[in-house]
Amino acid sequence: MNAPARPLQPKDYASDQEVRWCAGCGDYAVLKAVERVLAEIGADPANTVFVSGIGCAARFPYYVATYGFHGIHGRAPAIATGVKLANPELDVWVIGGDGDMLSIGANHLAHTLRRNVDLTLLLFNNEVYGLTKGQLSPTAPLGSRTPSSPLGSVENPLSACRFALAAGARFVARGIDTQKDLPAILRAAHDHPGTGFVEILQNCIVYNDGAFAEITERAVAAERQVHPVHGEPLLFGAERRKGLRLAADGSGLEVVEIGPDGEGMEEVLRHDRTNLALAGMLAALEPPMPVAIGVIYDNPAPVSYERALRGQEEGERERLGEADLGAMLRRGPVWMVTA
Amino acid sequence: MAVVDRVQGEAGEEEGVRQPLETAVVRFAGDSGDGVQLTGSLFTLSTALAHHDLTTFPDFPAEIRAPAGTTYGVSAFQIHFGGREIRTIGDRPDVLVALNPAALKVNLDDLRPGTVIILDTGSFTERNLRKAGFTEDPREDGSLDAYRVAAIDISGLTRRAVAHTGLTSREQLRCKNFFALGLVFWMFDRDLGPVIDWTRQKFGRKPALCEANIAALKAGHAFGETAEMPQLPAFRVPPASIEPGLYRAVTGSEAMAYGLLDGARKAGLQMTFCSYPITPASPLLHVLAKLRGYGVTTFQAEDEIAAVCAAIGASYAGALGVTSSSGPGISLKSEAIGLAVMTELPLVVVNTQRAGPSTGMPTKTEQSDLFQALYGRNGDAPVVVLAAASPADCFAMAREAVRIAVRHMTPVILLSDGFLANAAEPWRIPDLDALPAFPARFHTDPEGFAPYARDERLVRPWVRPGTPGLQHRIGGLEKRHETGEVSYDPENHQRMTELRWNKVLKVAEDIPEQELEQGDPGDRICVVGWGSTYGPISRAVTTRRRRGEKVAHLHLRYLWPLPRNLGDLLSGFERILVPEMNKGQLVQLLRSRYLVPAIGLSKVSGRPFGVAELEQALDRLSEECP
Repeated sequence: MNAPARPLQPKDYASDQEVRWCAGCGDYAVLKAVERVLAEIGADPANTVFVSGIGCAARFPYYVATYGFHGIHGRAPAIATGVKLANPELDVWVIGGDGDMLSIGANHLAHTLRRNVDLTLLLFNNEVYGLTKGQLSPTAPLGSRTPSSPLGSVENPLSACRFALAAGARFVARGIDTQKDLPAILRAAHDHPGTGFVEILQNCIVYNDGAFAEITERAVAAERQVHPVHGEPLLFGAERRKGLRLAADGSGLEVVEIGPDGEGMEEVLRHDRTNLALAGMLAALEPPMPVAIGVIYDNPAPVSYERALRGQEEGERERLGEADLGAMLRRGPVWMVTA
Repeated sequence: MAVVDRVQGEAGEEEGVRQPLETAVVRFAGDSGDGVQLTGSLFTLSTALAHHDLTTFPDFPAEIRAPAGTTYGVSAFQIHFGGREIRTIGDRPDVLVALNPAALKVNLDDLRPGTVIILDTGSFTERNLRKAGFTEDPREDGSLDAYRVAAIDISGLTRRAVAHTGLTSREQLRCKNFFALGLVFWMFDRDLGPVIDWTRQKFGRKPALCEANIAALKAGHAFGETAEMPQLPAFRVPPASIEPGLYRAVTGSEAMAYGLLDGARKAGLQMTFCSYPITPASPLLHVLAKLRGYGVTTFQAEDEIAAVCAAIGASYAGALGVTSSSGPGISLKSEAIGLAVMTELPLVVVNTQRAGPSTGMPTKTEQSDLFQALYGRNGDAPVVVLAAASPADCFAMAREAVRIAVRHMTPVILLSDGFLANAAEPWRIPDLDALPAFPARFHTDPEGFAPYARDERLVRPWVRPGTPGLQHRIGGLEKRHETGEVSYDPENHQRMTELRWNKVLKVAEDIPEQELEQGDPGDRICVVGWGSTYGPISRAVTTRRRRGEKVAHLHLRYLWPLPRNLGDLLSGFERILVPEMNKGQLVQLLRSRYLVPAIGLSKVSGRPFGVAELEQALDRLSEECP
């Protein structure tokens, strides 16, 4: 792999390990999308690290021909933070599922996002615990019947993107496992300096097949998805004759039908990826409203966490001149004992 | 003011009336808002400058500002100093300074007849007496008759001494610790100069407060000089014969921080120190956070688990990952420590133990996490376990922890405790450049590389991500021998479990053989200790040996693996006594490992052993087996 003579192709980023996800699992599509992005950005496999927690998605690092660390349940963001603290030059990707990152590890996710560590963080949301055989997940809808909730769930689900925005994420996007725009979304997350957070709606063919059908089915996709593009009006629908405008009562977004001569267009909001209030409203859209797929919020902070820390340390070293521990110990309240 | 100056000038002339003492124990006690800890540390500075050896121990409540006047709001600071080597904080005070009735109440049980008690009578109001739980004024009901009570209106005298400074009445009263300090300085014939200099530096920006503290200090000193109270003796303590060199006072937390830093430097690594606030471990984070220009990145994580995981991530990335906590936090870290065992990465875990279980007594000391360190993980998950014996020893053992973690690619748990972390002693500043280096070796050669190939010590290669051609994946799933690929093969798991176990056992070949601190292998009794019991055991054994008794002292700093000659050494003694601040953890380890008839001595009161307690235990042992 030393100094590749030709640009690496997506398949060059596949490891020699046999992929062990279920046939038809959405994870395969995400793996392909990531490999494609790695090739696009010309990622140096030696300088790239995939870190994961526990769950189906968390097996991801074994299948990528970079450095990889398969951690423990929920802790991938914390492990990845340590990697970046030790070496900010590494390109670090974090992979986890909805149980991993929004249940047992939700704390780490929140704090990693607010600190803004320079990571690309992919949350595979399939609304179910797959590896432990189908239990209720924190993103599962009210009423979900699972082996651990046979009478139907009575708890409200968490919205991954709203959680990320609330935690102070500076980049929030949503993608769909098999949809062709996923690589572009991942690329934008990777290009963001700071934590690039992407929720990927991912189909679990065994325990939760069709969980997102009402958004992703070909017949409804155009009506149930809105793809925000920075600076462009928020239009959707098969003919792009529908738009999103602010509800008159200020309660959020509502649909406006565009007339044959463009009536109503002036009310349609233009997407501004740096507008946090708009991002919050877009992230909250659920069927029957169109669900926002794409980059919802992208507003880089001046400096990422680990760079800010390094900056402080460089400042300290400059202030101290030679950072000599032995000399430091000899300063301050010391006394000499003579023979 | 002139009087005070004259007193200082004449300090040397009154030696005839000063009562000689080889060592002295002074305890300052008062409300947590009385500045007792500051008073104690200033007295420590003065004691060190007077060339005494010393050990100090702060004892403060878990509550930050407990209601004033209550017994649970009492903060204390004890110092033991003198003209010989000082190894303990002293069993019982010779002088107690009680700045309020509650401080008298909680310390009365520790006093022996004849102890000097300096009372601030200004604080002995009916209300404060009631809050302290006295039904009658102890000055009047005869309960203090056995002591030498110097009842002085410290509050009133302080106010008078600082009235000219323009401070409010409340602020004036807050100078009373300086009055008490001045008085104790007179008792022990101390020079006021260094503390006055310190006060000027510290309070320079608040001239009125600075002047008031100095005035109170001088007034306290002058009071001692002129009061002629028979209950207020003056002492003369000789200087100790101390190894020449440059010294500073260090707490265990400070020495630990310096040791970790020097260890990382000697390994050629940047340290990533990841921690979460917890009593009594936080001071280590505070010390290191101030030293970020010296090769350490400090990370206050969102919780204990994140702290250890970030440290593991840092080690994976090629830095030295260190995490620190106390027992409850270590419990939270245990799954991740298992991950470090599985991924065979260097990791230093410092446990500053406190009284448990659960939240227990956060500010009180105990050494009851030995089993947790040895066994507190799922699966067969061996780690190296070390323990520091004194505040200054924290420096050496922290360096050892780094050395072993890096050389053997293993987590190392380093045990300290609340006593060691907070206690201070003089430390001869070592020449860091003269201390041995143990540079980490990173694998860089792609030829025949396998992430779980092992050298003769069974250690796998450490590879920094970023190294071309060595991309590999590791994690918590069982690894195939050599290749490191995921494996559920039964024979492989057997083999890997044994490899991990033997790898840690092989560390015994890389640590010193066990020696006796005192005594000979042919002695009758051996007292075996670990951790902060070093001081009291050492003193008790010295006393017995002076009387001709054949008692030895063995102190373990390497608790897993145990030193390779330990079994042979122990088998030579008739009786083995193992004093521990727990219900008998080391004694169980020694009995099971070596089948020796060791006897435990348990103390779990949240306080260190007293020398007298150990001597009584030795008496009982002699009676039982004459």
